[in-house]
Amino acid sequence: MISPVFLDIAVVLIGVFVLLYEAFAKDRDKSFVALLGGAGLALVFVLSFFAAPQGGGDAGTAPYWRFYSADFLALFFKRLALLTTIGVLVMAVDYRGVVRRSIFGAEGEAGLGEFFALPVLTCAGLMWMASAVDFVLIFVALELVTVSFYVLVAYLRRNPASLEAGVKYLILGALSTAFFVYGIAWIFGMTGETNLARIAAALATREEVARPVLFGVLLVFVGLGFKVAAVPFQFWVPDVYQGAPTPVTAFLSVGSKAAGFVVLMRVVEAFAAVPWLAPKVLGAVALLAGATLVYGNLAALPQSNLKRLLAYSSIAHAGYLLVAVASLGADLAGVAIGYYLAAYLPMTLLAFAVLIAVTKEVGGDEIGHFGGLARRSPLLAFGMLVAMLSLAGVPFTGGFIGKLLVFVAAFQCGHYWLIALGAVGVAAGFYYYLKVVRAMYWQEPLTVAPLVSARATKVLVIALVASVFLLGVFPQPVLRLLSPRAAAPQTAGAATPAAPAAVSAAAAGH
Amino acid sequence: MSLLILIVAVPLAAAIAVLAGAPARRTALVAAAANLGLSLLALAAYDGARGGYQLRASWPVVPSWGWNFAVGADGLSLLMILLATAVTLAAVWVAGRVPPGGRDEPLFLACVLLLSAGALGAFAALDLFFFYAFHELALIPTFLLIGIWGGEGRYPAAWKITIYLAFGSFVLLLGLIGLVLMLPAGERTLDIPAIQGLAAAGRLDLALADPVYLLLLAGFGILVALFPFHTWAPPAYGAAPTAAAMLHAGVLKKFGLYGLLRLVVPVLPATAEKWVWLLQVLLLGNILYCGLAALGQKRLDLLLGYSSVMHMGYIFLGIAAMNAAGLGGAALLMFGHGLAVAVLFAAAGAVRERTGTLVLDRLGGLGRVMPFVAAVFGFAAFAAVGLPGFANFVGELLVFLGAFARSGERAAWPGFWWTTVLALWGVVISTVYMLRAYRAVFQGELAAEWAAAGADAGAGGGGAGLGDRELPGRWGLILLVGLLLAVGFMPQPALDLVRTAQPVALSAAATAAAGPAAAGPGSPAGERGGAE
Repeated sequence: MISPVFLDIAVVLIGVFVLLYEAFAKDRDKSFVALLGGAGLALVFVLSFFAAPQGGGDAGTAPYWRFYSADFLALFFKRLALLTTIGVLVMAVDYRGVVRRSIFGAEGEAGLGEFFALPVLTCAGLMWMASAVDFVLIFVALELVTVSFYVLVAYLRRNPASLEAGVKYLILGALSTAFFVYGIAWIFGMTGETNLARIAAALATREEVARPVLFGVLLVFVGLGFKVAAVPFQFWVPDVYQGAPTPVTAFLSVGSKAAGFVVLMRVVEAFAAVPWLAPKVLGAVALLAGATLVYGNLAALPQSNLKRLLAYSSIAHAGYLLVAVASLGADLAGVAIGYYLAAYLPMTLLAFAVLIAVTKEVGGDEIGHFGGLARRSPLLAFGMLVAMLSLAGVPFTGGFIGKLLVFVAAFQCGHYWLIALGAVGVAAGFYYYLKVVRAMYWQEPLTVAPLVSARATKVLVIALVASVFLLGVFPQPVLRLLSPRAAAPQTAGAATPAAPAAVSAAAAGH
Repeated sequence: MSLLILIVAVPLAAAIAVLAGAPARRTALVAAAANLGLSLLALAAYDGARGGYQLRASWPVVPSWGWNFAVGADGLSLLMILLATAVTLAAVWVAGRVPPGGRDEPLFLACVLLLSAGALGAFAALDLFFFYAFHELALIPTFLLIGIWGGEGRYPAAWKITIYLAFGSFVLLLGLIGLVLMLPAGERTLDIPAIQGLAAAGRLDLALADPVYLLLLAGFGILVALFPFHTWAPPAYGAAPTAAAMLHAGVLKKFGLYGLLRLVVPVLPATAEKWVWLLQVLLLGNILYCGLAALGQKRLDLLLGYSSVMHMGYIFLGIAAMNAAGLGGAALLMFGHGLAVAVLFAAAGAVRERTGTLVLDRLGGLGRVMPFVAAVFGFAAFAAVGLPGFANFVGELLVFLGAFARSGERAAWPGFWWTTVLALWGVVISTVYMLRAYRAVFQGELAAEWAAAGADAGAGGGGAGLGDRELPGRWGLILLVGLLLAVGFMPQPALDLVRTAQPVALSAAATAAAGPAAAGPGSPAGERGGAE
């Protein structure tokens, strides 16, 4: 068994190594950098299964554990970050032609190495975010991620859309960071603590500081709402998603969101542990959730650009996740958030992987460009179909189980109006996701020439399709990672259904 | 390995094989025929005397949540599975010639097979998750089938059915979540027999019963086109390619009724009694409003769409009666209606394929050039109307007997007598529009434009002509009509089969004071009536 801390350290070392390697090995094919980084991250992913959870919740013996928690939740999100980054690196290799065209005065593959190295460093930040239980470390990890994204979003220097996206992301990101720090300052001022568990303990009996603390909490929510794309802090999302290099968009959509949610979850859990604060904090999250659900789903309806559609879809999914955060009182809510994000990872990466492969060939990312894709490349069309169905929440895909768990948690907490808004959102989702399916399957293509795609992309698409289905029909392994207690077979309640099941299974075996 | 697993797996495997490049038509036909054989085998393997759920198999998915991949069947499920496999065979056969649109056959047949697999999975599942999931799986092939190969007005129709049913499924999902949360905390499970057992033992927390019942009624109701949620059905069936309309109207739509019989009546009988007035009002909307709407239709496909929506009202009436006669009749009527409406849509599709139109005013006299289509359409129309000798007659008779048995309890439900009497008028309405449709399409003078085309066929003009000699899938249609007649003349085996599902429903209904007096005389009378 190794300590989970070493996983983070290993990722930082891989990032630094890859960067140095890129600097000193100028004449190599730069996609080798991505391969190196991806292989390193895959190794770390494998190692993560030999890491034992450690130092969960309250402060342990060493002062370090006041900042850093390596509970099973942190490990789970570290694995998500690793897988996301590997997927993004594969996509980035497929995308490098576009990057190369947009760099001034570059010859050969110069200037491309950082595009492959930065995601690895971002991954380290994401993994730290998963472990951060202290506002100071949360802030540092968040900034590591955000600063890397400032660079990545604006990477296409010759492309005005990318530059615009970069500037927008920079300004709004800096603003939200300011809110976040200001909020932390208020909370620190009232409690004298930055550790989440200690803040909760300090607040438990001090109802007289309700107003300033609540003010601080709301400011923190502004900062985190920006990260997870919650309404009304979502302004940046459509433009940045559309302008950024597509692999970076995918990374933003999956990695940044997952890490943002684990932080949000820890913060909300800490404040919800304070009895007099809990209803207000959860109420604020529920309001955010309702607004995000409605806005994300309804604003996605008229979109005609797939990247923009996925941006609004990302907002809509933040809405479903926020419903689960608002239901954190229910025992299923934590599992729901983790599972939802685990399912969100392959389906969103799948959509972006197909988007990159198709855009490269047809030269545009409007939904109309996907017309008749089923004829030109059945595999890519099927991949996109699966991604869209999973995003819409059709059974037997991971997205459905995620949504199911979210709504069970909301039901348990009695958030009936959120459920009603969710029903509207689901119906709207079917429309805008199936719009893509309509283009691919109903319409005739402009040319019938088969669409070629790189072998790595094909492998990635097949692997992602398989994982979307696996998550949809075989959730037990992920559930067990997510909550070792809840998924254990000997829990109460298992006895009744399991016994006849075992009998009939045995009978069927004859 | 349960036979039921095979029954669900065969169409799925065939769909994958077809997509992977196996000879599409042959694979689909063989798979559908094999599946019909398997469902007959399952019927033979079912021990009717023992009753209850048999042929069970189960694999754990998440054991701590009581979530298993569990299949099993009682008489009701088996009857539905037989319906599904029979209609699938006919649909695949009829669709042998892919409708115009220039698309390739494999995707079409794969979609048809997936639709069938979804329906079969829903009927065979004994686990709430898979019960729900298989049904919703069928939404996607429907979207593709109507959108790619549909007829006039296919785009709006495809959107409407998909969004409507997705929303309905979601409402249903919420109802199911609520239902599971009503179970006692330590014993929550998704196992349908276990839920029925807990409900029979009175262990449910009834605080949520009303909203859960209404969610389930609305959810299942949307899926069955319960008035006023019926507006998706006629345009979708009008626009859908023949095979899709046959399977959807004949089989998949029965899922909502099956769910009511399987879950709502046995698990929430008292709540269902409490809200029976609402169901009565809505089912009268189905029978009278949609019946009158069917009378006014100018196109045969829309008329059939409204007629199929209307007949759901009778099945709802049987379910509302909540006694042995009513529930048994509802189950039998589901079977009969599914067969009849599949044949009707197949015949209408054959007419459309040959004439290019289904506008009633432009058709006429086609019986002379298309005698086979006219004959099967006639048989199915008579069955749908409820003529003795067809399965539908037995079902309708039992439904009315069950409903009349309830009308005695006027004090408790003042409306039941009126509901039944008004619903009886629906029989007249349906007879009128069916006979008018038959006359308008198949009888009278052959219109000049078709007479010329018919002459082509007579001269061996091939596919362009009107003749139905080469009608693909005629044996499939003959099979469906044969089943209708067989169950109509010999209803006893089917009734016995349905009754194996009854004990659960009955014992649950009895606690709700439906009364043995109401249930007792209904069934024997029904058998006699059916046998005559």
